[in-house]
Amino acid sequence: MPKPLVKSGAEIDGYTIGECVHAGGMATLWTVTHPGIDVPLLMKIPRVSEGEDPAAIVSFEMEMMILPRLAGPHVPACFGTGDFARQAYVVIERIPGATLYKRLPELPLPYDEARQLVARIATALADLHRQNVIHHDIKPSSIMARESGEVVLIDYGLSHHNHLPDLLQEEFRLPYGTAPYMAPERLLGVRDDARSDLFSLGVLLYFFTTGERPFGEGETLRAMRRRLWRDPHPPRKLRPDYPPWLQEVVLRCLEIEPVWRYPTASQLAFDLAHPDQVRLTARSERLKRDSLGVVWRRRFNQGAMAPRAKSDVAVQIASSPILAVALDTAEGAPELNEALRVTTERILATLPSARLACVNVLKLNRIAIDRTLDEQGSNKHIDRLVALRHWATPLKLDESRLSAHVLEAVDPAAAILEFAEANQVDHVIIGARQNSFRRTLLGSVSAKVASEATCTVTVVRPPRMAGDAGGPEAGEG
Amino acid sequence: MLLAVFSDIHGNRQAFETCLKIARAKGAKRFVLLGDFVGYGADPEWVVDTAMELVAQGAVAVRGNHDQAINSTAETMNAEAQIAIEWTRGRLDTAQRRFLAELPMQVEEDGRLFVHAEASHPQRWHYVRSTLDAAKSLIATRAHVTFCGHIHRPALYSMSVTAKMTSFVPKTDVPVQLLRGRQWLAVLGSVGQPRDGDPSAAFALFDTESCQITYCRAPYDVATAAGRIRDNGLPSWLAERLSQGC
Repeated sequence: MPKPLVKSGAEIDGYTIGECVHAGGMATLWTVTHPGIDVPLLMKIPRVSEGEDPAAIVSFEMEMMILPRLAGPHVPACFGTGDFARQAYVVIERIPGATLYKRLPELPLPYDEARQLVARIATALADLHRQNVIHHDIKPSSIMARESGEVVLIDYGLSHHNHLPDLLQEEFRLPYGTAPYMAPERLLGVRDDARSDLFSLGVLLYFFTTGERPFGEGETLRAMRRRLWRDPHPPRKLRPDYPPWLQEVVLRCLEIEPVWRYPTASQLAFDLAHPDQVRLTARSERLKRDSLGVVWRRRFNQGAMAPRAKSDVAVQIASSPILAVALDTAEGAPELNEALRVTTERILATLPSARLACVNVLKLNRIAIDRTLDEQGSNKHIDRLVALRHWATPLKLDESRLSAHVLEAVDPAAAILEFAEANQVDHVIIGARQNSFRRTLLGSVSAKVASEATCTVTVVRPPRMAGDAGGPEAGEG
Repeated sequence: MLLAVFSDIHGNRQAFETCLKIARAKGAKRFVLLGDFVGYGADPEWVVDTAMELVAQGAVAVRGNHDQAINSTAETMNAEAQIAIEWTRGRLDTAQRRFLAELPMQVEEDGRLFVHAEASHPQRWHYVRSTLDAAKSLIATRAHVTFCGHIHRPALYSMSVTAKMTSFVPKTDVPVQLLRGRQWLAVLGSVGQPRDGDPSAAFALFDTESCQITYCRAPYDVATAAGRIRDNGLPSWLAERLSQGC
């Protein structure tokens, strides 16, 4: 392998090398400039000389394959790569500021701050998973933020891309990664399950809210393997004021079996965005770890965890979407609400991990001051929540898959669109009001949602009755 | 330059024509034919003539076991393949048979090795079924990328400098960069008789500058190809398997 050409002032493929800003175990980072590129740039160079860890080369190869394919605000933009034939490098956008590692002295963070922070990380992860990439090294030092607030995930040396060869597949006899954050299935060699990242994020959330790492700092294989059967101390044991909903979220992320965790990062972000809607189970109440009997059964019943089918990130995400059904509980015709339920039921029937958000817009007046109480003095907001839940009862959904939201807005379509965007909704189901005077007057909410949403929208109409006008206007949403 | 690589055409004119058309439309400038031009399919003359024309224009072509069986009775095959080979022998003229007889076992150029089967002993026609087979093949060459076929199921293997292997089932239409720090074995699917459950014809494009390989699939007129097999009295299973891709 040729000697590294890198030193201050040197030029590689048009990039002028500046100063070395970081020298890590696997790579060094240099500032670089290039005529025509005006964002700050970093060049990452692997350590490949004699005696270095061969893992440095393989993980660098992985980064060279993955980084140029990533896009969007949650990853560093990649400007170029150079291969091992001459000088291996990747040039990426330099994200200003420090990683989350810098915040460790402040731990534990206030609950709400940690909730918002981890929700933003989950949103970034969801975006990464949608690009078919599992990060596999989620920890504070892999997480940065843009000035606009979006979280940026860095370091893809251990990542898995569902559409590319996995060079780390057989490279190491021992699982490679950051011990305190590593998901249990990684210790069994599983690299294609995106829920491994949710486990790591659960470790981070636990750590940031309690100040303690749930599985300690043990780096030995023996210490790491313990998490295959031993659950962590419930956070409430460490902090008696720990909110039950937060414990529910943390312990769900830290489930040993991936199938018991959140199915997707988007669904985790959803719960973090709506803590009052988190369905509390026995997890939220727990004050101590599982009994030794349970732990021993897990430990000596490993067969149950043994072979698993190959999983596919895209398939996993597609089978666990967030659906939002927009309901008009006050003015909506019963036939339309029934038709919406039939359609929703059909969609849910094929998607056992989907979650459903029932959304209603409480329309505010443009001019008059709104009262939260109606003429009879009951709270309109609560009435609507009750109505939404009542509508959803026949769907017989587990509470953890269902939530109800009343949005207060002047423009119902805009409110639904904003809700869908903020909560990473994959599919909106909305009814079209038939021939209503209001619709003629106000324009159609469903038409605006259908034309402006960035996700799939299904517009539902009640079944056509014999004798209904079949003209184009009658069916227009 | 963009290379289009085809393997295991097996006398299937409809599949080969479609692949050639798509590859040209995608900008392929040079063609590589990894052998098994004949056997199974009902249009061996057209396929061999087309291969001869392409070679005359600079294409690379290597020999497959079915091509060898045309001129040698020593090759052993299963009953259906044997029937198809005997039928094919009667269809080819002297020039076509000579073309198949004179095909090289392998061709190497610019760090790329083209061969029909596993490369350690090409004349033994071993399949590449596992990382172990792939490792044997890669150890036998210094080429950066080996292209082979024979098994009719696409796969992509790599070997690192420390001889660690990776295996991968390529995703259609997703380019993969074959990094220079390791050796690669690109196993192609079959143009004329796919066996990976997808009946569409398989081929690959390789960009020599960026070192990116893209596995492609081309839906083609299976009904006509299968009909030609039946009309010519070849075993009906050879027609049926085309629509099943197995």
